Amino acid sequence: MSGLSFVPAPLAQLPWKILLLVLAIGCFDLLVLYSAAGGSIRPWALSQGIRFFVFLSGAMVLSRIPERVWSNMTLPAYGVLCVMLVLVELVGAVRGGGQRWLDLGIGFRLQPSELMKPCIVLACAKFYDMLPPNETRRFGAIWPAALLILVPAALVMKQPDLGTALMITIGGVTVMFLAGVPLRLFIGGALAMSAAVPIAVNFVLHGYQRNRILVFLDPESDPLGIGYHISQSKIAIGSGGIFGKGFLNGTQSHLDYLPEGHTDFALATMMEEWGLVGGVLLIIAFLVIVQWGLSTALQAQSRFAKLTAAGLAATIFYYVSINMAMVMGMAPVVGVPLPLISNGGSSQMTFMICLGILMSIDRTNRRSPVRW
Amino acid sequence: MSGAPFRPSGRVATEAAQSYSFSRRTVMLGAAQGVFGLALAGRMTWLAVVENEQYTAKSESNRVNMTLVPPRRGWIVDRHGAPIANNRTDFRVDIIPDRLENKDHVLALLHDLLKLPPEEMDRLVADLEHAAGFQPVQVAENLDWERFAAVSVRLPELPGVAPTRGFSRSYPAGAAVAHLTGYVGAASAEQYKQTHDQLMVTPGFKLGKDGLEKTLEKQLRGVAGQKRVEVTARGKLVAELATRPDQPGANARLTIDAGLQDYAARRLGTQSGSVVVIDCLTGEMLAMVSMPAYDPNNFSDGISHLEWKMLSENDHVPLMNKVLQGLYPPGSTVKPMNGLALLGAGVPASDRVVCSGALRVGTGIFHCHKKSGHGALDLKNAIMQSCDIYFYEMVRRLGYDHVAPVARELGLGQKFVLPFNSQRYGTVPDTAWKLRRYKQPWTVADSLNASIGQGYVLSNPLQLAVMASRLASGRALQPTILAADVRHGAAPLSFQPEHLQTVHEAMWGVVNGGGTGGAARMLIPGVALAGKTGTAQVRRITMAERAGGVLKNGSLPFKMRDHALFQGFAPHDKPRYAIAVVLEHGGHTVRNLDTPAIARDVMTYLFDRERAMASLVEGEKTWGGDIRTRMAAETAAYRAAANAPPIAVGAQTEFNASAPTDAPAVRAAAAADVAAAEELANTAAHGNTVAEDGTTERDVP
Repeated sequence: MSGLSFVPAPLAQLPWKILLLVLAIGCFDLLVLYSAAGGSIRPWALSQGIRFFVFLSGAMVLSRIPERVWSNMTLPAYGVLCVMLVLVELVGAVRGGGQRWLDLGIGFRLQPSELMKPCIVLACAKFYDMLPPNETRRFGAIWPAALLILVPAALVMKQPDLGTALMITIGGVTVMFLAGVPLRLFIGGALAMSAAVPIAVNFVLHGYQRNRILVFLDPESDPLGIGYHISQSKIAIGSGGIFGKGFLNGTQSHLDYLPEGHTDFALATMMEEWGLVGGVLLIIAFLVIVQWGLSTALQAQSRFAKLTAAGLAATIFYYVSINMAMVMGMAPVVGVPLPLISNGGSSQMTFMICLGILMSIDRTNRRSPVRW
Repeated sequence: MSGAPFRPSGRVATEAAQSYSFSRRTVMLGAAQGVFGLALAGRMTWLAVVENEQYTAKSESNRVNMTLVPPRRGWIVDRHGAPIANNRTDFRVDIIPDRLENKDHVLALLHDLLKLPPEEMDRLVADLEHAAGFQPVQVAENLDWERFAAVSVRLPELPGVAPTRGFSRSYPAGAAVAHLTGYVGAASAEQYKQTHDQLMVTPGFKLGKDGLEKTLEKQLRGVAGQKRVEVTARGKLVAELATRPDQPGANARLTIDAGLQDYAARRLGTQSGSVVVIDCLTGEMLAMVSMPAYDPNNFSDGISHLEWKMLSENDHVPLMNKVLQGLYPPGSTVKPMNGLALLGAGVPASDRVVCSGALRVGTGIFHCHKKSGHGALDLKNAIMQSCDIYFYEMVRRLGYDHVAPVARELGLGQKFVLPFNSQRYGTVPDTAWKLRRYKQPWTVADSLNASIGQGYVLSNPLQLAVMASRLASGRALQPTILAADVRHGAAPLSFQPEHLQTVHEAMWGVVNGGGTGGAARMLIPGVALAGKTGTAQVRRITMAERAGGVLKNGSLPFKMRDHALFQGFAPHDKPRYAIAVVLEHGGHTVRNLDTPAIARDVMTYLFDRERAMASLVEGEKTWGGDIRTRMAAETAAYRAAANAPPIAVGAQTEFNASAPTDAPAVRAAAAADVAAAEELANTAAHGNTVAEDGTTERDVP
């Protein structure tokens, strides 16, 4: 830090390399959205850019909040979000049809399920932090966490929002794993899941969700329906080649062959014009951010901070990898956006909350570094 | 340890273990993420590098909408370059069934824009119900520019509607060339499935379905042009890309003389028959006519169910190319050939046979067409008078196995390589053939029947014409119809010139010397026709009928009447053109519609066009007008007789229409003819004879 002594201390403590990387991704995204709109900052690039800088500033503000405050507000926040999820369900029942957001008036819509993604990580971390270490290998270490995960996941599933429910579940389960719940439970759970998938597909999932999974298994069965999304996305990525068709030259996106080219399938839009190079660089950028999050976790001192940091880093990773796998036809279309790249405030906000909390933990670490 | 004296030791150990476990699991998680990241990058590489080519192609086919421009078809022209089949500009509108949305709305709008009559709408609705996939269904063709433009402008409201400016096939001579050219039509669903050629389902594209149009398809088709446009996923046009013009197909020049072809077709009048004219120097076919016929223009537009039914039911078999598919006993037209065989075998031309009107062979009696007999006749007179007894007796002595090789050398029973798909070649029977075919020995009666061109002998009109041309020229002429195939300098046949000369003189006598073909005498100074008449009996004449007087053809039903035939050449002393005329069940009933008169006029056309036309115009007045007028009247009558069927059924396009020369009606008619001839040959072998009986034969001036 000596070389930057003229910089005020609070700013100097920020992880600038990571922030610059996030800034680079965000600005790159504005180019992608500018092109997706046919060479125009409207309707997407401008609003996405404004949101990006607002949320990035928000993340820097969050980084100033001490770890202790996060720890204390976790369970109340979790409770409030669960209540809001129930409210969403009720409003949806009254209005008829599925609903995902609460209208808070003055044009601001809150999607509680989105906030639940980081919150479930905090809640599980808090739970294991409170749990005496010698309890971790007992049944009492499992069912409360399972319940913490299951309640919001079930509520979100009912909206219905398979992608978010999935994200909440694996976010929580990851914390359980890191907290030291016996490995055999995860192996057994994975086996049970693979057995349960066919049953879930047939009896639990909604018609369109079931379709998406069946189409994922055989995209050619429905080339003009849901399979159309996947095949057009693969065409966009595949036709981009190594260096892409060039900025503003994507035909799949500009001629509307690629559905959702600015939201869930933004990766395909990007890769059509920027090619394999753009895609691989994006993967590397996200991996750097995630690995930074994990190293933050390793350096953290409190159990709560460790679990939170690792869990949030994993959440970011899941976000990115599920979306990419989906867009490239490696996973069913579950409606998970690509943070920072897909147009839309919710995923941007969630990413920035995760980043803010990670930076907050990082800041605590720097004040009292631990060397291994 | 000293730093935490108050903590229970177990808890410290557990906390350290927990911290260690966390670190280990976090590193595991990080490693797993790295591996998954690699997997994602690998997948990207797979799509963008390994499968790049495939996806680039798919992306292009998304972006670029390529429409084919059907190539302009090559013309079929006659020997002088006059068009027999050409193209005319055509504005047309089709519907692609697969792309049609909101059918009722589209049809209603088309009805308004194109001002389609109700029966056309009914036809369209019926056609659409049977339509499948991408095969275009015609809405209207030959539209004027205003109506065509009205549809083009409203295209965004008309999904599935395809207006095209193209060319349609035109046959100026209509039915007169139907069996020569065949016709063109839209490709069938099977043809598309076989080739997967996008051109097959391009609106306005037509390929040859029969005749020369089919066999010359490769040469005539040309190469399709391409129109490439960039479109959005919703089909909105973004930009016009490079367009490649079509390459028109090559023209095909025939040896046919279009004027002669048309004249001969008209000259056949109401008869069911065929005319072939061959150049005696080269073997070029100058006319190849089979009438009645269908109008190939109608066929190319898609023939209606009613019209197809009418053509199939007609007992004059208009769907059959009689020149190549019709097999007939050649009757007395083979007598000059017999004469050549007798001379070749050493029988002097002066040897006489006494004709008493009948000849007893074994238990059977063989009659001459002249009941009272011709008296004593030499070879020339036997040909001129078409005496049956002379040839019975001579061939009985010689044996038919000495005649058959001559028949073959002159072209009977021979296969000629011509660009037509379905040809039938007839029979020249002999001992070996009968043993093979019937497992029976040859009998004297078989020889006798064959000697007058009946029994097992069958020939198509082309073979008759080839026989005439070879008799005339003494050369092994090969009939050709494509100008490119014409061969000069045909080899001489094995016959001695003086024998040919004798036969020529006899054939001259048939027409000009008081023989049976006096009606064929030409009225052009210095040009005389030499020929031979013939009658082919298609039924058995019983003893009882013969006793009471043989029934006149006019009083018999059409199918029971005799075939009438003629073969000859002109000028007699310097043969230039050979001709064969065959009238199915013609029966020599109407003088100016009989074979000699038709042969005379067709020959006259080649030497004095105006005289021939004058004669034709006179004739057509009595036959109910020219071909087009008569066909229109026939259709109207059929429609009325069919009790005005529901218009939609009648007007609906006949999808099952096969190529005319391959139609069930043609196959049935041809099979029936041959079966009748064979049965007659088999039953007439003993006792009752086949004998000539016809007005022409008695027509001795």
